[in-house]
Amino acid sequence: MELIVQGIIKAFELIVSFDSEVLGITWLSLKVSGTATFISLFIGISIGTAVALMNFRGKRLVISLINTGMGLPPVVVGLFVTIMIWRNGPLGFMEILYTPYAMIIAQAIIATPIVMGISLAAIQNLPPNLRLQILSLGASRMQMVWVLIKESRLPLLAAVMAGFGGVISEVGASIMVGGNIKGYSRVLTTATVMETGKGNFDIAIALGIILLLLAFLVNLLLTQIQQRQHPR
Amino acid sequence: MKSKTLIKIENIIVERSGVTVLDIGELNVQQGRILALIGPNGAGKSTLLLTLAGLLKPSQGTLYFQELPVDTNAGRAILRRNVAVVFQEPLLLNTSVYKNVAMGLKFRHLSNDEIRRNVENALDYFGISSLAKRSAKTLSGGEAKRVSLARAFAIKPRLILMDEAFNSLDPPTRETLIDDLRHILEETKITAVLALHDREETLRLAQDVTVMVEGIIVQSGTTSQIFNQPDSEFVANFVGTETILEGTVQSSNAGLMEISVAEKNISAVGDFLPGQNVYCCLRPENIIVSKDVPEKISARNVFEAKVQKIIRQGFFYKLILDCGFPVVAYITMPSCDDLGICEGSVISASFKATAVHVMRRE
Repeated sequence: MELIVQGIIKAFELIVSFDSEVLGITWLSLKVSGTATFISLFIGISIGTAVALMNFRGKRLVISLINTGMGLPPVVVGLFVTIMIWRNGPLGFMEILYTPYAMIIAQAIIATPIVMGISLAAIQNLPPNLRLQILSLGASRMQMVWVLIKESRLPLLAAVMAGFGGVISEVGASIMVGGNIKGYSRVLTTATVMETGKGNFDIAIALGIILLLLAFLVNLLLTQIQQRQHPR
Repeated sequence: MKSKTLIKIENIIVERSGVTVLDIGELNVQQGRILALIGPNGAGKSTLLLTLAGLLKPSQGTLYFQELPVDTNAGRAILRRNVAVVFQEPLLLNTSVYKNVAMGLKFRHLSNDEIRRNVENALDYFGISSLAKRSAKTLSGGEAKRVSLARAFAIKPRLILMDEAFNSLDPPTRETLIDDLRHILEETKITAVLALHDREETLRLAQDVTVMVEGIIVQSGTTSQIFNQPDSEFVANFVGTETILEGTVQSSNAGLMEISVAEKNISAVGDFLPGQNVYCCLRPENIIVSKDVPEKISARNVFEAKVQKIIRQGFFYKLILDCGFPVVAYITMPSCDDLGICEGSVISASFKATAVHVMRRE
């Protein structure tokens, strides 16, 4: 019991004192996961919308694959990315193994199917005649797609939250491709794993609280935007 | 007035997963006219509207807009710029009423000033200027319908296509909307094709009617032609001629025929030859009901009738009469009371020979 109480006290000390190492780790977590989510939005929304709007053979199979991808195990992604960017792997020339760039790539791969699956469902959920209605008012195909995406903005915000939530809390891939290098590629999750392993529960708890707080604040912000749009 | 064809269909076939859902030899919509498409569910009315809008590519045949075939790029561009479709559901976007109505104008890259002028005009036409700033999701059904109509009219189309535009509106809302729409169509002279399923709406809005069933056109004509001279039993039934009797022409002389129906004789106008099997159609509003046999009356058909059933229909009664053959008549509530009609009473039913619409029966 004392362990936990001590841990919490120490955690608050670290947080209020703006410990520079903790701050750096937090900032890197935000940067890596934010960038990865941003990239996943572009790829996820475009492909998700395209799949939702197009009719082709094997569409159901593709949707099943995307939905499966929503639960992609981070360690599998970590393994795959590691192999790709390994010194003599296909992308080894880029020399980005154990860098934040590698972490961004891995996290973007994890978040993309989540965003894709939710945007696909959101676009498919719009009334079927809406597309024809928009076209009949003189929209070009691109204008029509843009209006549909704007119309799905509420579920798409949910996609942002789910994608960001998935990658900020992910540890397997980050540790594999980032290497948890102090001051360089150490993020909240990888640091928590390490400190716990070393028995430094107080620091681990502090990092855990910060992680939760961060996830909460980002979601609070997005929820505010989402609910403001939504009529009660 | 010389009328010009605005949009024309020639030998169009539309297939959906191998099944023909629309097969139309010819359909002309004249400029400035209001055409109603009527027919049962699944008759292909919506499919025809989408085809006319250029949103559905027929597997065969050609669509002409202002005499330009629509399967060329120029033709399609002109059609798409000049047509607006109003669907059964309002299909508004989750934004303000103003932005919804402005949508089509935005697609056309008009200046903000032009957009504002057109939107304000369209809102004004439909009496919803006060809703401009409201969120579209907070509107009532009738308001939402008006917004979707205003959105279509805002782009000043040459042709407006409406699919069952008044469904799912409560009767008073529907009534006023139909009146407003008729005025707006008359004022703007926009050509309109409306898929309707209600004969009331058709009579009030349309100048021309096309009756469809199972993807084909069974009859086209002016509204009065369709309602008064249906050329098949199906059309007669559909436009609501409530009495359809099977008979045989007994004699035919100078345009006046005697037709035997269930051992009675009906006088009717027409020139079918004796021995011809026919249908006699009687519209309930053309039947005059009286307590006693009228002495001096121009109507050539007067029958003793037993009242079998009285059915209330809004502001009047529908009487099911037995004159030796079944006849349906309408009567206002006060008249019914004045005559003291109740189920079982024996009255007199008269109708003019010219009120009998006679159709060939094979």
